[in-house]
Amino acid sequence: MEGALGAGLDARFEVRRGEFRLALGLSIPLGRTVALLGPNGAGKTTALATIAGLHAVQQGRISLGGVTLDDPAAGVFVPPEQRRVGVVFQDYLLFPHLTVIENVAFGLRSRGVARLPAQERAADWLGRMGLAGLEGRRPDDLSGGQAQRVALARALVSDPELLLLDEPLSALDVTTRGRLRRSLAEHLAAFPGPRLLITHDPAEAFLLASEIHVVEGGAVTQSGTAEDIRLRPRTAYAADLAGSNLLEGIAGEGRVMVAGHELHIADDVEGPVLATIRPNAVSVHRQLPEGSPRNTWATTIDLIEHLGERVRIRTGPPLILAIEITAEATEALGLAVGDEIWVSIKATEIGVQADPA
Amino acid sequence: MGCIGLAWFVVPLVALVARTPWSALPRILGSEIVSDALSLSLVTSVAATAVAAVLGIPLAWLMARVEFPGRALVRGLVTLPLVLPPVVGGAALLFALGRRGLVGEAISQATGLVLPFSTWGVIVANVFVAMPFLVITVEGALRNLDSRYEGAAATLGAGRWTVLRRVTVPMIGPSVVAGLVLCWARALGEFGATITFAGNLPGRTQTLPLAVFVALESDRDAAVALSLVMVAVSLVVLIVLRERWWKAL
Repeated sequence: MEGALGAGLDARFEVRRGEFRLALGLSIPLGRTVALLGPNGAGKTTALATIAGLHAVQQGRISLGGVTLDDPAAGVFVPPEQRRVGVVFQDYLLFPHLTVIENVAFGLRSRGVARLPAQERAADWLGRMGLAGLEGRRPDDLSGGQAQRVALARALVSDPELLLLDEPLSALDVTTRGRLRRSLAEHLAAFPGPRLLITHDPAEAFLLASEIHVVEGGAVTQSGTAEDIRLRPRTAYAADLAGSNLLEGIAGEGRVMVAGHELHIADDVEGPVLATIRPNAVSVHRQLPEGSPRNTWATTIDLIEHLGERVRIRTGPPLILAIEITAEATEALGLAVGDEIWVSIKATEIGVQADPA
Repeated sequence: MGCIGLAWFVVPLVALVARTPWSALPRILGSEIVSDALSLSLVTSVAATAVAAVLGIPLAWLMARVEFPGRALVRGLVTLPLVLPPVVGGAALLFALGRRGLVGEAISQATGLVLPFSTWGVIVANVFVAMPFLVITVEGALRNLDSRYEGAAATLGAGRWTVLRRVTVPMIGPSVVAGLVLCWARALGEFGATITFAGNLPGRTQTLPLAVFVALESDRDAAVALSLVMVAVSLVVLIVLRERWWKAL
């Protein structure tokens, strides 16, 4: 059947806001999460607002489930209130003058559902989000994590065809972020339509999305899987921010076990963790270095890529890592693909955060 | 110097209270001329506030939300009555709405309604002088409102009217109330434009401030009593605004 072809989100457009211009092309099939990853001011929020219908495109076309939402050439523009798009806004934007249940029921009420059934469905969603009992609270009296889940419930309660999330975790403190990322991943998985995540945090994009578009200065500079972006960043931004090595492991007694390999860490953490290693924190040697740090092992070079003055190296087993050194050092060491090398990293250079299941 | 500055405000009020004929107060406030002026003032100031709400809130919305050429000029025109001497405003109203006025002639021919020197005229003068307080307060609130909330409501299926009713108005509600109270208080105290445009006819156009002015010539005790009533009203307005809405301005 051809039906599946039109399913999902298809957006290829150019939108101008004053001096700013954003050009974007993305397709998200049903049940898939795509992330727009980029620095502040790159145009990510403009992209979200445009897909939601809050801005009209100047050129191009946006369609959802085979239905055109915006196409200036064809004279089509579906206003936001008629698009079935659920949005979790940056800062959540819960209506401060309404209670939690009124916030969640808002979408149903505006679409003509009577008060009682709307409140019942809203209460049902609050229960699903683990927020039962908070119905009568005002948004000001919620914790960041509670507000995030209310915003998610508000976006999902009227069964949208598309879910857009703008920095859903950035307003949270570090201790709740890991837990809420897990719960967000579960809710995303339960949503059958396409999902678009907007974030400036590479870890969020890597963990929640199957495909990532790096957005810089109003344009997509790289698209690919988390693996592609992490191991082969094409721009300096991607290399700096997205290029960190992210390793899932189990911590205990000053060590983390990652895929059978033991890393010494400086933090005192127990249980499941997420370890981050910046590529430029790893040093490369031809021989076993003297007075070496405790984290030193032998490996091979799988890949070498030049990024201007920098060179990125991907190592093979026992631990696949992206490493960044200068072009000068690469030359001095005479590194080539397939070479055996020693790598080392100080325990203090390994960032560790608890990642409870 | 600061103390002299403070005394400048306080001494006249103390003098007013000291001069108050407390024992005769109930009799004076119960007299026909006072109760007429009081009820006329209440009716006209409330009516003027209602008219200002119906016309002024949409005007504030236009000024805050719609880009149109000459918007700065419109803002200037709206604030003009704040600085214009009210007598001049009253005179201008006479030329516009008087029996032979620019618009007044057409109005009286079409409807038979003659605005000057009538209770309607009092309301017209009050609206002219007091509406800017409401417009400016509401416009400021609309500008400060984070319009992303209205966008959020739109993505939740709310059309323009629903957004206005369920998001915009409730979120600027405190400022609207503050603007209405300020507008009402200004209308209640209006003197110059009223006496110029509507005259000073007891029972028809003689509001509280006008009655105070007349009573100063004939019956000092009544003037003091009426003044006291207005001071009390002003204080209540200030307290209400300070306690609940001042911060929203």
